[in-house]
Amino acid sequence: MSQPLIEFQGVEKRFGDTVIFKDFNFSVEDGEIVSIIGPSGSGKSTLLRILMTLEGIEGGVVNVAGEPLWHKRTANGLVPADNKHLHRMRHHLGMVFQHFNLFPHMSVKRNITEAPMRVQGKTKAEAEAIADELLELVGMSDKADMYPNELSGGQKQRVGIARALAMQPSILLLDEITSALDPELVDEVLDVIRNLAKKHSFTMLLVTHEMYFAREISDRVCFFDQGAIVEEGEPEQIFTAPKETRTQAFLNAYMSQ
Amino acid sequence: MPFGEIISILLEGALVTLKIVALALPLAAVMAFGFGMLRLYAPKPIKYLAIIYIEFFRGTSALIQLYWIYFVLPFFGFSFDAMTAGVVALGLNIGAYGTEVVRGAMASVPKGQYEAAVALNFSSTQRLWRILMPQALVNMIPPFGNLAIELVKATSLVSLITIADLTYRAKALADMTLQVTEIFAVVLVLYFLFAQVLAIGFRVLEKKLSRGLGRGGLGQ
Ligand SMILES: Nc1ncnc2c1ncn2[C@@H]1O[C@H](COP(=O)(O)OP(=O)(O)OP(=O)(O)O)[C@@H](O)[C@H]1O
Ligand SMILES: [Mg+2]
Repeated sequence: MSQPLIEFQGVEKRFGDTVIFKDFNFSVEDGEIVSIIGPSGSGKSTLLRILMTLEGIEGGVVNVAGEPLWHKRTANGLVPADNKHLHRMRHHLGMVFQHFNLFPHMSVKRNITEAPMRVQGKTKAEAEAIADELLELVGMSDKADMYPNELSGGQKQRVGIARALAMQPSILLLDEITSALDPELVDEVLDVIRNLAKKHSFTMLLVTHEMYFAREISDRVCFFDQGAIVEEGEPEQIFTAPKETRTQAFLNAYMSQ
Repeated sequence: MPFGEIISILLEGALVTLKIVALALPLAAVMAFGFGMLRLYAPKPIKYLAIIYIEFFRGTSALIQLYWIYFVLPFFGFSFDAMTAGVVALGLNIGAYGTEVVRGAMASVPKGQYEAAVALNFSSTQRLWRILMPQALVNMIPPFGNLAIELVKATSLVSLITIADLTYRAKALADMTLQVTEIFAVVLVLYFLFAQVLAIGFRVLEKKLSRGLGRGGLGQ
């Protein structure tokens, strides 16, 4: 059996005295599309942020592509990762944020080309070719020279997706990427993800409150509560026949909204 | 004394004032950026040195700092001519206030910008200079403009260490001719003009730097 692409082994995460994860285990296969649902504060964002190296861990090991993310292998076993190791590991990962976090002082195109040029050492021509292709993919070719504050929320988020893809990550992390959008703009963003999902060329880990969307595109849905996976399975099963009472309660509350 | 002659003497003084501003302003900017960044990012012992500089120069009077540099330091073997002493004292004093501007502006860049820069795998230097600083810079311009005007006004202190700036000459002319009203009216107008020119300059600069960062900007 092949090794999972992402693997949390006995991970512990705390904020001060607040324990978010304790002996947390979770894995994602290469190419898998996994949706994470669950109530507010259950640790969904924290999971993605640990993977994006935005939050450290207090115990356990996170493996990405068979290598520890937050540790380095040495002759004396695992030691905490240094910046160089984190820099190397981040090549596997890309993230799209709830609030877009586009760089406001750069045009749309530069938002996309800056990292490939500065981080991966691509030439301007190479980076711009990638940007053009991605802008086409997200339907933003005509907005390449605009600045983020001249775009609608849906347009900003499509640029956010293109910017993450430009680094060619193998794992794409999406944290509630439509929840800051006006309802009528949600679909234009989800359509982009739908198209990506069809190709199955990335592993995707998405936190979402759009249940119909999670059901439609996921290979697996995980229901989180209080830092633990209460139930996981194929979307049909989770959404039509949840086994756990906590999952049922969460979905009922969601449906009756 | 004929008004034309008064004007020409005062304008000569004004040139001295402008020269001090022109030299002290870059010094203040270097101090503000240098110590502002040290204060934010340097390891502990160096950070404390920065804090000592900042608090010392903000916590004591500019005039006393000037006197120290010009009158007291020579006893410890460091003597400066009046011009150097004036430029150094004003540059360090305004620079100390500038560190707070730098710090505040860096802190005002939303945390999401840092996170996006990490996610795109920029190095820590790139994060600082390519992502955070350009955004912070725009926020620094208006308060830096205010400090530059403070600097212009503070230059009159150098008249007290024998530099023949605008204030010094005005005082001397007034003592000599007793045409107090005309002289100080001209002085008032000149200082006001300097301040206005600076204010306009900084506003233009802000406009230039702020494409994409205008109202409702910040990429959110
Ligand atoms: N930087 C932090 N410092 C302290 N506590 C934090 C921090 N970040 C998150 N937390 C806490 O950790 C818990 C999990 O937060 P997390 O953001 O992962 O939840 P979430 O499942 O994404 O919730 P939501 O659906 O509201 O986004 C929450 O109780 C939150 O208050
Ligand atoms: Mg969250």
